[in-house]
Amino acid sequence: MNKARHNPINTAAMHGALILYTLIALFPVFVILINSFKSRRAIFREPLALPNADSFSMIGYETVMKQGDFFLYFQNSMIVTVASLFFILLFGAMAAYALSEYQFKGNLVMGLYLALGIMIPIRIGTVAILEMMVATGLVNTLWALILVYTAQGLPLAVFILSEFMRQVSDDLKNAGRIDGLSEYTIFFRLVLPLVRPAMATVAVFNMIPIWNDLWFPLILAPAEETKTLTLGSQVFIGQFVTDWNAVLSALSMAILPVLILYVIFSRQLIRGITSGAVK
Amino acid sequence: MNRPRFRWHIVVFLAPAVLVYTAVMIFPLFNTLRLALYTEIDQSRVFVGLQNFQTLFFDPIWSEQFWNALGNNFWFFLIHMLVQNPIGIALAALLSHPRLRFSALYRSAIFIPTILSFVIVGFAWKLILSPIWGIAPSMLDAVGLKSLFAPWLGKEEYALTTLALISVWQFVGIPMMLIYAALLTIPEEILEAGEIDGITGASAFWKIKLPLILPSIGIISILTFVGNFNAFDLIYAAQGALAGPDFSTDILGTFMYRTFFGFQLQLGDPHMGSAIAGAMFAIILVGVCIYLFGIQTRMRRYQM
Repeated sequence: MNKARHNPINTAAMHGALILYTLIALFPVFVILINSFKSRRAIFREPLALPNADSFSMIGYETVMKQGDFFLYFQNSMIVTVASLFFILLFGAMAAYALSEYQFKGNLVMGLYLALGIMIPIRIGTVAILEMMVATGLVNTLWALILVYTAQGLPLAVFILSEFMRQVSDDLKNAGRIDGLSEYTIFFRLVLPLVRPAMATVAVFNMIPIWNDLWFPLILAPAEETKTLTLGSQVFIGQFVTDWNAVLSALSMAILPVLILYVIFSRQLIRGITSGAVK
Repeated sequence: MNRPRFRWHIVVFLAPAVLVYTAVMIFPLFNTLRLALYTEIDQSRVFVGLQNFQTLFFDPIWSEQFWNALGNNFWFFLIHMLVQNPIGIALAALLSHPRLRFSALYRSAIFIPTILSFVIVGFAWKLILSPIWGIAPSMLDAVGLKSLFAPWLGKEEYALTTLALISVWQFVGIPMMLIYAALLTIPEEILEAGEIDGITGASAFWKIKLPLILPSIGIISILTFVGNFNAFDLIYAAQGALAGPDFSTDILGTFMYRTFFGFQLQLGDPHMGSAIAGAMFAIILVGVCIYLFGIQTRMRRYQM
């Protein structure tokens, strides 16, 4: 039984195809990383060789450290991402709780209103967003980015979290009510801890697009002191386009933090996607 | 009997999300659509109705750029539909094979490009395809195809397709994951029932699995559509705001950015920028409506 589904030739062909595509997926990243540690001459002479004692050089990284303020950019990206995720999760969970727990007039309409933003990209409103940020003096501050990313992340967060909050048992909440807990305590103490896995999924989904976004940093916060890592590396590479060592090192420095985050969160991310949170 | 108390906590729970979402997303969206109906004359804002749209669609200079960007955008989308989604489905089908070893490893590795920023992806490919560095030509040389090499990103006829394929390389992980998730939900009994009827291997995929994952294919199609019609970052990172060579890689996102902010000799015009945003909004809305009412409701969903 089941013979047709695993004969050795098929298995080998499947592994062959997957290995081939894995190589295609990783090759560019690999080439950038190895060449960032080589001298200029070695980069051009043997682009595919690993750096050895002869060709090893950190000159690119030195230029990057000297010329670009990558620590500041990194810090900005970190602040924006963490703060946006915090607000998306807090506000999103609160709204999701209100929608899933209470029957009130306008519940359905409010749910649909919040869901509108899942399909409509926030970028369409950029002209008016910039005008508003200029009027409120938030332009060139990290708050502008945090507000935009929070608004952008909320619709999907509310949608996913309210699906999960419907599954929290009513008995638990009613027991809390009988014990005299306020609605706020019930939400923060009883419900939030139970939906932590769903919150982690939402966080991981939002993290990558926020960290990698180029459009809003470029438009709302292009000042030197508010540049994010993505915008900072874009500008830096644009200026040093002929300095291959510096460009390759800057690219590697932009790749590494994301790669580290991915290694930490990949199980969560993949579990989140495959558990069918997005349907 | 008093009326039930007004439940203030509901307001407290909803207020932050609704306020931020309304103020930063919904209000600017409609305000942008409103701004598209104005223009600036002598530094004051004047209502001109649909004149901006008339300029955009019919003025020779504007309309040429607009239709060029729109056409390029459709081509960009088409390549994603024809290349990214089939590859994603094929990879998912391989990965979901029962008892395939290292499946988690392949999955994580293939997803890596998706987590990288457009800046990294754009520049990394620009360097690899660069004739100066010579990685692409020497690799083609190794398989005896050197004559095929051209500076793809610099040639008008290839640049857009090359960028679309780079974007496919970056995002293939998303359809792969979503389809993989859908394939996992197919119960084993159905496949075994098929096997008893002699449907195995490839024909099991075409006859049993594919019809069952059609709703997921619908979802990735609409996600691709929305994503492509507000794309900007990759083109900007690789080719700059002028979307060269000679606007051959210009899509609606870059066109809107250039119009809004101005570039080189052209002055920025927020009102024309809003008009382009309005056109993008309409296109996305039409796409989403076709999906919601035309495709999703007609799709047969099987109870599993």
